Amino acid sequence: MSKTTEQVRKSLARRYRAERRFRAYGIISIAIGLAALAILFTDIIGKGHSAFFEHYIKLDITFNEQTLDIEDARDPEQLNYGNYDGIVREALKTRFPEVTERLQVRELSALMSIGAGYELRDLLRENPEWLGTTQTLWLLADDDVDLFLKAGEKGREDSRMSAEQKAWITELEAAGDTERRFNASFFSSGDSREPELAGIWSAVVGSFFTMLVTLCLSFPIGVAAAIYLEEFAPRNRFTDFIEVNINNLAAVPSIIFGLLGLAIFINLFGVPRSVPVLGGLVLTLMTLPTIIITSRASIKTVPPSIREAAMGLGASRMQVVLHHVLPLALPGMLTGAIIGMAQALGETAPLLLIGMVAFIVDIPTGPLDASTVLPVQIYLWADSPEQSFVAMTSAAIMVLLAFLIAMNTLAVVLRKRLERRW
Amino acid sequence: MDTAEKLDKNASGRNHAEEPMIDLEEQPMQETRYPEHTVGTPFVDDPKMRLRDVDVFYGDNQAIHKVSLDIGKNEVVALIGPSGCGKSTFLRSLNRMNDTIDICRVTGELFLEDQDLYDPKMDVVELRARVGMVFQKPNPFPKSIYDNVAYGPRLHGLANKKYELDEIVETSLRKAGLWDEVKDRLHAPGTGLSGGQQQRLCIARTIAVSPEVVLMDEPCSALDPIATAKIEELIDELTESYTIAIVTHSMQQAARVSNRTAYFHLGRLIEVNDTETVFTKPEHELTEAYITGRFG
Repeated sequence: MSKTTEQVRKSLARRYRAERRFRAYGIISIAIGLAALAILFTDIIGKGHSAFFEHYIKLDITFNEQTLDIEDARDPEQLNYGNYDGIVREALKTRFPEVTERLQVRELSALMSIGAGYELRDLLRENPEWLGTTQTLWLLADDDVDLFLKAGEKGREDSRMSAEQKAWITELEAAGDTERRFNASFFSSGDSREPELAGIWSAVVGSFFTMLVTLCLSFPIGVAAAIYLEEFAPRNRFTDFIEVNINNLAAVPSIIFGLLGLAIFINLFGVPRSVPVLGGLVLTLMTLPTIIITSRASIKTVPPSIREAAMGLGASRMQVVLHHVLPLALPGMLTGAIIGMAQALGETAPLLLIGMVAFIVDIPTGPLDASTVLPVQIYLWADSPEQSFVAMTSAAIMVLLAFLIAMNTLAVVLRKRLERRW
Repeated sequence: MDTAEKLDKNASGRNHAEEPMIDLEEQPMQETRYPEHTVGTPFVDDPKMRLRDVDVFYGDNQAIHKVSLDIGKNEVVALIGPSGCGKSTFLRSLNRMNDTIDICRVTGELFLEDQDLYDPKMDVVELRARVGMVFQKPNPFPKSIYDNVAYGPRLHGLANKKYELDEIVETSLRKAGLWDEVKDRLHAPGTGLSGGQQQRLCIARTIAVSPEVVLMDEPCSALDPIATAKIEELIDELTESYTIAIVTHSMQQAARVSNRTAYFHLGRLIEVNDTETVFTKPEHELTEAYITGRFG
């Protein structure tokens, strides 16, 4: 055995150990990342899943003309001003005849959601012939009742409801007059002071319009800037300066963009506050650097030989870009745009400064209606005192995460699909 | 020859002009003087391209020194010389492909028949339609074979009807000797062909615009011997209708395909003569040294 071989053999074991360690570091890093993700998801899903359901209570409602103060159920005017809470109260009193004291009656009627009255109005509008009859109906329970029913033994003891209220609910539950249903209103209504009535739809629509404005502005501007910088701009100090500053912009904290939007768009140009157009403008500023940087990177991957071939056939620079560079770079650009959009979708700080933090009940109908966006809605709910909003907040986070995951998956799929192999 | 090819590989992708061969200067040839004028017969009667005192600069670096050369009608001129001697740079200035490099500057008289190539009024689009180019590495567009060939004619509006375009595509592919191999899969991607087929596709694409001159920059350097033989055969046939200037590293190839051969050395045109003369009785010692393989 030669001396070299001997030396090599000696060092081999150490080398393999080092290699194994090196690989282990990578695996550990990935494991830490995955664990963090798993903890996040378990926590959010554990807290939030209950918000997708809510409880209903079965009551025999008598549509009494006197209590309702309605003579003609086909008159919209009368329908609007009917005393629906009154018939709910009467139904509860009939269900629990032992309750007579004023204070107790008030506690009793607190079992039902304010939304129950609105529901009855809508039912009466659809079925005017119900006036004067008694119907067995499932009506939405108050959020405290909902929490109580969802809670376990210990949670029930800790509930902030009075002992009588607890007794009534337990009685209803035992009689099978409570029911858990899918919380459809969570996905179809706007914000509300009452947790059982609040939903994310206005925030989702607001986010949609904001993203639409952002995409329509930032994608064309970003791609045009990237093409100019890559294909046409001369290489000199000025373009170096621009490049450095684009990278700087990408690193600027997003709240600064909010201040900029406040100072420029609202104060200088008089754009109305709280509207998706304004949010879109601010988020465009924020997304532009991301789109420019990723677009330039994907233009750079187009082989120069393709440009030469087209140019050698007599294509002008614009034709080279439009016929060859752009189609080849587009998948990368789209991926960049989607990632930029995902970033913008989760952005909260700049929007707080431009008034998109408002309490929005109505569903926005266009990009010029006052609205809020999903992350801001999460922020608002996280700040609310009612206990039910804890679950609502987590549920809203789940919806936001679902959108983000969908967008990022789309980006990956697009890249895989459209990627060209040379 | 092996050395030549190795050097070729080293140099490919780099800027030939910026890296004169240091090795050469260390060899015992320092007494060799560059000739005052190109030796041999650089000029012909009634040339297709007339090039006089051409200088090419990259910034402050002079890559080509006072090259004067005629390219005759329907002839094949081979440009040979060691790596970094500027032959590719010279070739690319003949259809202004150097325009894309900001720091590149070309001076001298360059005429295609009676038109000045570098006249501000000269349109590069028109020039490149008349002087086509085939590159070192086959570079088909990532489109179908048909679209590859049809790109040029479409660009210049050479065909108005579908059948006219079909005809141009077919004749071009036939001339490039590729028709029989691809006629059943014209709409398959051009990038799916073999290297040699891709290069013939690129030639078909170039001649689809019916240029007057075809410039070839080492068209066979990335191909195997069989594909190379096919391309050489093709060049022979193309002389009937086109004027060809070809840069090559293979002296056998130059000997096989060209009518005249020009030898470049460190940015200077040393000798131009009939190919036979260059390879049998070279006039200048540098030419002789190169073709006998004393350096590569």
